[in-house]
Amino acid sequence: MNVILIFLAAIAAIIIWWLSGQRLTSKPWLETGSVQLPDHIGADRRQPPAVKIGLFVFLGVVGAVFSLAVSAYFMRMASADWWGMPVPRLLWVNTAALASSSAALQWARREAGHGRMESLRPALVTGLALAVFFLVGQIQAWRELVSAGYVLADNPANSFFYMLTGLHGLHILGGLAVLAHTTVRAFSTDVAPERLRLSVDLSAIYSHFMLAVWLLLFALFAGWANDFVDLCRTLLT
Amino acid sequence: MVEIPSGSAGAIPAAEVEDVELYHPGSWWTKYVFSQDAKIIAVQYSMTAISIGLVALVLSWLMRLQLAFPGYFAFIDADHYYQFITMHGMIMVIYLLTALFLGGFGNYLIPLMVGARDMVFPYANMLSYWIYLLAVLILVAGFFAPGGPTGAGWTLYPPQSVLSGTPGGKDWGILLMLSSLIVFIIGFTMGGLNYVVTVLQGRARGMTLMRMPLTVWGIFTATVMALLAFPALFVACVMMLFDRVLGTSFFMPAIVEMGTQLQHGGGSPILFQHLFWFFGHPEVYIVALPAFGIVSDLISTHARKNIFGYRMMVWAIVIIGALSFVVWAHHMYVSGMNPAFGFFFATTTLIIAVPTAIKVYNWVLTLWRGDIHLTLPMLFALAFIVTFVNGGLTGLFLGNVVVDVPLSDTMFVVAHFHMVMGVAPILVIFGAIYHWYPKVTGRMLNDVLGHIHFWITFLGAYAIFFPMHYLGLLGVPRRYFEMGETAFVPPSAHTLNIFITVMALLVGAGQMVFLFNLVWSLFRGREAGGNPWRATTLEWQTPQTPPAHGNWGKDLPVVYRWAYDYSVPGAAEDFIPQNVPASDGVTREVSA
Repeated sequence: MNVILIFLAAIAAIIIWWLSGQRLTSKPWLETGSVQLPDHIGADRRQPPAVKIGLFVFLGVVGAVFSLAVSAYFMRMASADWWGMPVPRLLWVNTAALASSSAALQWARREAGHGRMESLRPALVTGLALAVFFLVGQIQAWRELVSAGYVLADNPANSFFYMLTGLHGLHILGGLAVLAHTTVRAFSTDVAPERLRLSVDLSAIYSHFMLAVWLLLFALFAGWANDFVDLCRTLLT
Repeated sequence: MVEIPSGSAGAIPAAEVEDVELYHPGSWWTKYVFSQDAKIIAVQYSMTAISIGLVALVLSWLMRLQLAFPGYFAFIDADHYYQFITMHGMIMVIYLLTALFLGGFGNYLIPLMVGARDMVFPYANMLSYWIYLLAVLILVAGFFAPGGPTGAGWTLYPPQSVLSGTPGGKDWGILLMLSSLIVFIIGFTMGGLNYVVTVLQGRARGMTLMRMPLTVWGIFTATVMALLAFPALFVACVMMLFDRVLGTSFFMPAIVEMGTQLQHGGGSPILFQHLFWFFGHPEVYIVALPAFGIVSDLISTHARKNIFGYRMMVWAIVIIGALSFVVWAHHMYVSGMNPAFGFFFATTTLIIAVPTAIKVYNWVLTLWRGDIHLTLPMLFALAFIVTFVNGGLTGLFLGNVVVDVPLSDTMFVVAHFHMVMGVAPILVIFGAIYHWYPKVTGRMLNDVLGHIHFWITFLGAYAIFFPMHYLGLLGVPRRYFEMGETAFVPPSAHTLNIFITVMALLVGAGQMVFLFNLVWSLFRGREAGGNPWRATTLEWQTPQTPPAHGNWGKDLPVVYRWAYDYSVPGAAEDFIPQNVPASDGVTREVSA
């Protein structure tokens, strides 16, 4: 359960940092009047939109899901019947595709920020296409593994591989639905640029997060995560 | 008295969020059924939760009948008994308590108490309810599926939960249970995002975090915890579904079932227990923290006194929330673990008693020299404090490894758990319903019926669960379908079991008085007016009662003070609502 505890520690740090700005030591029973948080005084400081905060909270939930699954991975790994499985070469291609998709969305985010619709559209389409490519590639990787005899129930390493990639794929799929919606809106003419900018922004953040999750999972499957854990253990002892 | 001059903090700043485009229902269907108004959704959540809770109540009757009169009722065999236990536990903990506190009270109270027009994502909020309803229907489908619902116990421990020896293990039961939980968690996440972001972003002008009523603090913290803890149950359910359906071995060790060696091998049942209790212990506080918050507000309002140690109460809620994530393994002492872990988890468990005790002291100190009105909400709040202290103290016993190991499989644990997590939160729910029903419906609940209901419930709950502690100390095991011949259990234990069953039937029947009251008062109750309890919090200051869609009429409220200005010296009234400006209230002389 170390992984989830580390994740929770990070969440706790964020919460403590946020709470520290909320005047938790104030004495509300002695105050009447229009008291406000210090950083709310300046009228120029805009609150982030609620959807964005909502997205970050949701990413916290998704992070907890994957941290717990990875915790389970490490705990199950300790048993004797665990044989690692080979990482198909295709996963490297998929990783590159997902990273490029993320980069394309970052580009789209910048274009949307500058209000350049004509270059926003190709950026969004590229991001969308590469993400679809990633998903198709993942399914192809599954097929390769199955035909090579690495089936789901044979070994816990296989089971975790399919479950984690599947879970990740479903999250990508959910993101794709939103991204597709955004892309369609980018091609219609009657959408307010601010609304579109926000959608692109959210899609890009989500995509970066899912890329980070994928990189960690990939490191896990490739065995580097274990080397890293071993290294930490050696350093500690 | 520190009056913040408007100059230093600037004029009252603009609303923290722009006035949102409110959703406007077009027809009866979108107004009352597929509604996006948090108040309607709250009522939908509450009614669904209470309905499924009644099913769980009947199940507990059936269990008690079997324990008191073993063999008398032919239709209760061992399989059914375990199915009743499982469904009773799961329904009560998740589909009633969690859904009612967060989905019901959260939806109704958060927007009103923080001064928002609605939740920030009304559409997701509506989806959250319908997905919850779907989860309930999948759960109920278990009763009608071939083989019946699962009888694995509410903890669903593998490997037994997916084997043919357990009812529903190789049939539909366990599949429906796991699917229902997964669906519930998805639905809850949608609602939970709403509750958190509404508190973060939807607060009215002047409503700083430290001016929020403790109810909102409790629900907010519990929601954050639930968003982080439910994923553990989600992952555990998904992995168990894989084990059951696809033949993987996440949790399943090599095992022989009915003489045949199964395909599984090497899996770790302990891994499931870790995941389950990583959710399971925070779940206790997911239910308890909203109850703590609500009780604080009930006590303060009905004792006409500001809450004692508001800051400490807030800090305690946050600290309890954080600590509850590092105590989970105290549910697993009997599963066997490294003694150092046992020591660690026993220590964290005992430490959590400190902020909890602070809260209890503060409630009592709020009452001290207060102008206590023994209204129904107050009675239930007082009953809660007593019950919670009782249940909490036995929790301290069980938190220690050496005490827990001999008691863990006895009725003592059942009694402890029901006191602290069954009776205590339910008392708060009743108190809260008596308190807020006038706001929801515009009418008061009947007082006489309420008193009958209170005394039956309060005394009856003690008649049920107090003797159960004693049974546990005698060594009467829990989870047993029938006791049979035992050398160590005296015949008097059986008589006591009959007594407990009779009381359980009575208390259950007593709830019908409450249900009748809910329906009767809706039509015949006394008109409540806008603020019958003369309370300070914003939900009592709405222009209409029941609040109209959008809650606040044309202008959002502005908050000038904290939620507990009761019996302020020199004030004309014994309460000053949160939206009364400093000059309109009273100039107070406080020798600092």
